[in-house]
Amino acid sequence: MHCLQIEKVDTIFGYPGGAIMPIYDALYDFKDTINHILVRHEQGGIHAAQGYARTSGKVGVCFATSGPGATNLITGLADAMIDSTPVVCVTGQVASHLLGTDAFQETDVIGISMPVTKWNIQVTKAADIPDAMAKAFYIARSGRPGPVLVDITKDAQFGMMDFEYKPCDKIRSYVPTPNIDLARINESVELLNAAQKPLMLIGQGIFLSNAEQELMLFAEKSGIPIASTLLGLGAFPADHSLYVGYLGMHGNYAPNVLTNDCDVLLAVGMRFDDRVTGDVSRYAKQAKVIHIDIDKAELNKIIPADIAVHADAKEALTMLTELVNPKQYAHWLQQFRDLEAVEKSEVVNEAIHPLSDQLKMAEVVNLLSEKTNGKAIVVTDVGQHQMITSRYYKYKGQRNNVTSGGLGTMGFGLPAAIGAKLGNPEQTVVAIIGDGGFQMTIQELGTILQSQVDVKIMILNNNFLGMVRQWQQLFFDRRYSFTEIVNPNFTAIAKGYSIEAIKITERGELDQALDNMLNSKGAFLLEVVVEQEENVFPMVETGASVSEMRLK
Amino acid sequence: METVFNISVFTENSIGILNRITIIFTRRHLNIESITASESEVKGVYRYTIVVKTNLDQVKKVVAQIEKQVEVLKAFFHTDDQVVHQEIALYKITTESFVNGGTEHIVRNHHARILTVDKEFTIIEKTGQPEELQDLFNELDQYGVLEFVRSGRVAISKPMKTLETYLKELEAE
Repeated sequence: MHCLQIEKVDTIFGYPGGAIMPIYDALYDFKDTINHILVRHEQGGIHAAQGYARTSGKVGVCFATSGPGATNLITGLADAMIDSTPVVCVTGQVASHLLGTDAFQETDVIGISMPVTKWNIQVTKAADIPDAMAKAFYIARSGRPGPVLVDITKDAQFGMMDFEYKPCDKIRSYVPTPNIDLARINESVELLNAAQKPLMLIGQGIFLSNAEQELMLFAEKSGIPIASTLLGLGAFPADHSLYVGYLGMHGNYAPNVLTNDCDVLLAVGMRFDDRVTGDVSRYAKQAKVIHIDIDKAELNKIIPADIAVHADAKEALTMLTELVNPKQYAHWLQQFRDLEAVEKSEVVNEAIHPLSDQLKMAEVVNLLSEKTNGKAIVVTDVGQHQMITSRYYKYKGQRNNVTSGGLGTMGFGLPAAIGAKLGNPEQTVVAIIGDGGFQMTIQELGTILQSQVDVKIMILNNNFLGMVRQWQQLFFDRRYSFTEIVNPNFTAIAKGYSIEAIKITERGELDQALDNMLNSKGAFLLEVVVEQEENVFPMVETGASVSEMRLK
Repeated sequence: METVFNISVFTENSIGILNRITIIFTRRHLNIESITASESEVKGVYRYTIVVKTNLDQVKKVVAQIEKQVEVLKAFFHTDDQVVHQEIALYKITTESFVNGGTEHIVRNHHARILTVDKEFTIIEKTGQPEELQDLFNELDQYGVLEFVRSGRVAISKPMKTLETYLKELEAE
């Protein structure tokens, strides 16, 4: 507990159990300084810690007991690993003399969590706890952040010792922040200065290195159009004249198509996920690629870089800004605007002002975006509603975009929103969730009730596992195999948890309903029944090139 | 094109790091041909020699992932012509076959060593390249080999940079 205080931990998401009881007993004495949120399932705990970390920039902390408690964390660990989220999980473990004996609630959590943690350690002696915790926080937050798990045996939790805590700031075998090779920066500047049609791709790395301002300075000096990955949304304001949209399978038409037209591709803090690249053999082949990333293993992993810069985004951008020539690319930018107009007339207009009777997801998100001026923290789950939100919510806040990107974890949204709210009590937090994903972690309504978390939940209900259904429609001959779901009465369930709830089905009710939700005191659930078989377009089909993005 | 690569990994002495390294191969569906581990010339730093058959692109990525592990100090890969490598093999044969002719001249011809002579069995040791070790096995096996074990490869690279230099670089950073 003292370790946590020194690391300035103010919030813990957790669930007690036999093997972690000594820690919980100690926690009892820290009720005034540490806010422990009792979740309803350990998966909810870690997703909440992720939501907390992603929006606050601090390390999320999560407690769980041994055995099933620990195994329930695995999905969240994998999610945090692939989305570079700093989380420290402390798990209880059976007493050290019982290790390897199949004792009650014993699992090899170190072995199980190894592929999905940045680092993990088992502690069997009280005296080793401070050092392990210090390393855990340091590793979780430094370099490319990630999840760390500390497994502490019950006898170590009981042990007494002279307490001495030294925060960790160096590990010999671990170099989190690389020294930048100036030659690479100079080569990059040369390429950029000579470019006619440069395109910059940004990812979550901008947030993680707190480089939003440096990005703005670079953009305004260099004049290079900027597109963002899913997790990078909001790192550059959506209404800026240099912003050209959102990359990826369901992203915007212009930046996807023009990726295969640019002459220099500058990628910063992103990792060329397959959802961004489409077919890699036909991805930006014409362009010189500059890739800046803090994780050396990402360089040349997917897209070979002409110039690979192993660097922290903030430092690299600062250096680039100094050296790059001020320029404007009016003609090149116009190409983006032209394609944007195509997307607008072919897709967007109809999506946000539908002619159909039934409500569409896009109009709901669009109106929410307008009402909150893009400043609310918007947390999504995974599926169609997620893609619609990333397309139509115009993120303008700071770190206000939380979603499960790399892992695509259904059930992420609700608990992550709880964490986001606790990390940012002053801000409006809206969880946009599909009817499928909501039921994967629906138990966390109990956490909202008990801890009085002011989360606005918006369920976009199409009574389908919509994204899978869309694929079945497009690629599996409309064979809707197990994607239709019979849903419960969501508002009744919410009310069971004392959460105010309304359900709307008509367009005429939407405006008022959103106002009610946003103005409500405390948690609120708004169920919006939307068109059943709405598809998300544009789309880069699996195996297609980004330039072959289809509009319908 | 698939070729043999010798991967050398230097790690801290911590529980589980071997597991962290091997799962990197498992995840990519790569089979480890051989793996050996021992303390290096620097106290507390462990050295792994891992032999895999794969292509250059894959081995680069695997080594990058290995080096990314928090407790790995450094990882390198070399092709066979960039390293000097050896294996050791032990052969258990009946003492009878050794005494009553047959195997003794084989042992001599192969410059193998006798480690132990027991009433019933004799243990022979030979160091060399896998093919040499296999040749000796094949010849001895005509008289019956009771047990045979090879160590897996140990390899030292030809380039002259020492581990100490890398460690100093790491500590300076």
